[in-house]
Amino acid sequence: MKIGIPRGFLYFKYKYFWETFLKELDCEIVLSPMTNKAILKEGIDNSIDESCLSAKVYMGHVKWLVGKCDYILMPRIDSFGKCDKVCTKFNAMYDIVRNTYEGVELLDYNIDCVKGCTEFKAFMRMGKLLKKSKMQTYRAYKRAKEVNKEKKTKIAEEQEKLVQESDSLKILIVAHPYNIYDKLIGEPIVKYVEKLDVLPIYADVTSTKKTRIKYKELSSSLYWTYNKELIGAIEHYKNKVDGIMFVTAFPCGPDSMVNEICLRRIKNIPMINIVLDELQGEAGLHTRIESFIDIIREKKKVVKK
Amino acid sequence: MEQSERIASFPHMGNYHVVVKALIKRILNMKVMTPPPITKRTIELGAKHSPEAVCVPFKYNLGNYIESLEKGADILFQAGGGCRFGYYGEVQEQILRDLGYEFEFLSFDASAGSSIIQIYKAFKNLNPEITISKFMQSFLLTMKMLKCMDEVEEYIRKNIGFEAQKGSFEKMQKSFLNELEKVKSLREIKEIHRKYKEKFEKIEIVKPDKPIRVGIVGELYVLMEPFSNYFIEKELAAYGMEVHRFITASHLLTKRKKHNERLAKEASKYIKYHIGADGTETVEKSKMLAEEKFDGLIHVKPFGCMPEVNAMPMLQRISSDYKIPVLYFSFDSQTSETGIKTRLEAFHDMLTMKRGEKK
Ligand code: SF4
Ligand code: SF4
Repeated sequence: MKIGIPRGFLYFKYKYFWETFLKELDCEIVLSPMTNKAILKEGIDNSIDESCLSAKVYMGHVKWLVGKCDYILMPRIDSFGKCDKVCTKFNAMYDIVRNTYEGVELLDYNIDCVKGCTEFKAFMRMGKLLKKSKMQTYRAYKRAKEVNKEKKTKIAEEQEKLVQESDSLKILIVAHPYNIYDKLIGEPIVKYVEKLDVLPIYADVTSTKKTRIKYKELSSSLYWTYNKELIGAIEHYKNKVDGIMFVTAFPCGPDSMVNEICLRRIKNIPMINIVLDELQGEAGLHTRIESFIDIIREKKKVVKK
Repeated sequence: MEQSERIASFPHMGNYHVVVKALIKRILNMKVMTPPPITKRTIELGAKHSPEAVCVPFKYNLGNYIESLEKGADILFQAGGGCRFGYYGEVQEQILRDLGYEFEFLSFDASAGSSIIQIYKAFKNLNPEITISKFMQSFLLTMKMLKCMDEVEEYIRKNIGFEAQKGSFEKMQKSFLNELEKVKSLREIKEIHRKYKEKFEKIEIVKPDKPIRVGIVGELYVLMEPFSNYFIEKELAAYGMEVHRFITASHLLTKRKKHNERLAKEASKYIKYHIGADGTETVEKSKMLAEEKFDGLIHVKPFGCMPEVNAMPMLQRISSDYKIPVLYFSFDSQTSETGIKTRLEAFHDMLTMKRGEKK
């Protein structure tokens, strides 16, 4: 059985989890390639104009997979708990895809903990759909959880170490993983930052155990889980970095408000808010980043004196 | 400060200020200020101090708050629930504080678990004299007021385009709202409802046998706040079309509640899951209206409104499956009014022509 995974959206959050689970169930994985101009164009052509850039990219990846696999993996997520929700895009992506690409075969799973649809139940059901035994599915799920945890912990630890040991300028990048790790959208920004001798620190790789508590210090009524994780990382890192860079897709519902709260409440640390859209000119962006870094360097010099 | 000297205020939405004002007045022993009517200045102020990419209801609310604060309000209310709306309160409060205003801000986010008991407790804090029975009574009264108002307005919506004498509906509506504002008991509501039902039905209308019927669907705020949708219902009526809409405050508070899963089932041909906020009902109602052979649909949303953008691929399919034209509008703080008018006119012409072809 060939299962397609679009290299967009939650892939960047759950890749170890999904890949291990499917491999343990003896499925072959077809991963769409890194985002390129052609994929983005397909995505734009098949999306409602006002969708966020990230959703357009995702639609492009799904299109690439059509006809190249038996099923395309498509999560549907609503809530992880009462005050733990996700952007409504993740409520709807399954149905959007189904209505846009007629006849496409999807392997969906639904997480809505408020209504009793837990992750465990969702994955057991998926195993059943793939005609695997309960035992095999259960083992695959456990194994996937383990691998995911190991990998994530390791990456988080490596970053912690880097933050402590490196004495280059450090910028905390606050961005959804699907935006910042995307080859076409976010990666060029990171590359540019690195070119300026700055060490990028990623908000999303911080241990969620820490971030899911710490976010409260910045915003008490926040209920988007993924945004909680990101701003929790700000609380965790704020004394260890020299600046904060928010990178968000246009038009993004949650970020438009959460970033506003951050920009208004965080004091004494330089911040920049970068909004990415499909028409983004590179030159203007580079100038902005460059002058942001310059300001931080100047500030540091003054402090040292 | 003496409790009775404080002034409470809240954001506008359509004519609902009549009901909200009555509710707060009854429960809290303090003055209530209806924000100044929405004008261009309101939305300009709101937009100026809002994050750019936030959805437009946020900007209207903020404009209302600022105009109320300028006039001396010092307690602000916000509801909330779902999508971005539940988070409005915290961001708006921060913006207003940064602007230097002093006030108390009370935000009730239904999705974060503001149950009726919690709302009661919050009110009790403000007015220790309130009892649970008085509170529940007021609540019930409010619901009935809403229902009465929504039913009357529905009649207006369907008929105002056909009034024999221009302006007669609006005039009657004003005196209706004036009287409704003053009701004190369920009996009085009943009476007013009956009285105005008659009065409105007596207004002379000249309606063709089978008028063009359009359904208007979409996001709740821009559906219910005429200023934000550039008085679209009025425009539609001016073309002599019968306008149907389902989303009203009483509908949202009573019928809809937790039924998104059921709605999704009704429209299972197009959706399997709830797609966020009003999006699911947009799909379900559109399918229903298409099945009822409406002439056309109008979909309204704030620019970038995620749940309604989510609903659009389904609407496009419904449109082609049932051959029903759909006109899409996105509203922001700077939408061009002439653009809207031109598109409505073209839509009306198309629907009229389509009728002709069928014959
Ligand atoms: S959080 Fe923002 S970027 Fe992510 S899916 Fe929602 S709107 Fe798009
Ligand atoms: S439903 Fe639309 S208008 Fe309402 S909060 Fe969500 S994005 Fe904003």
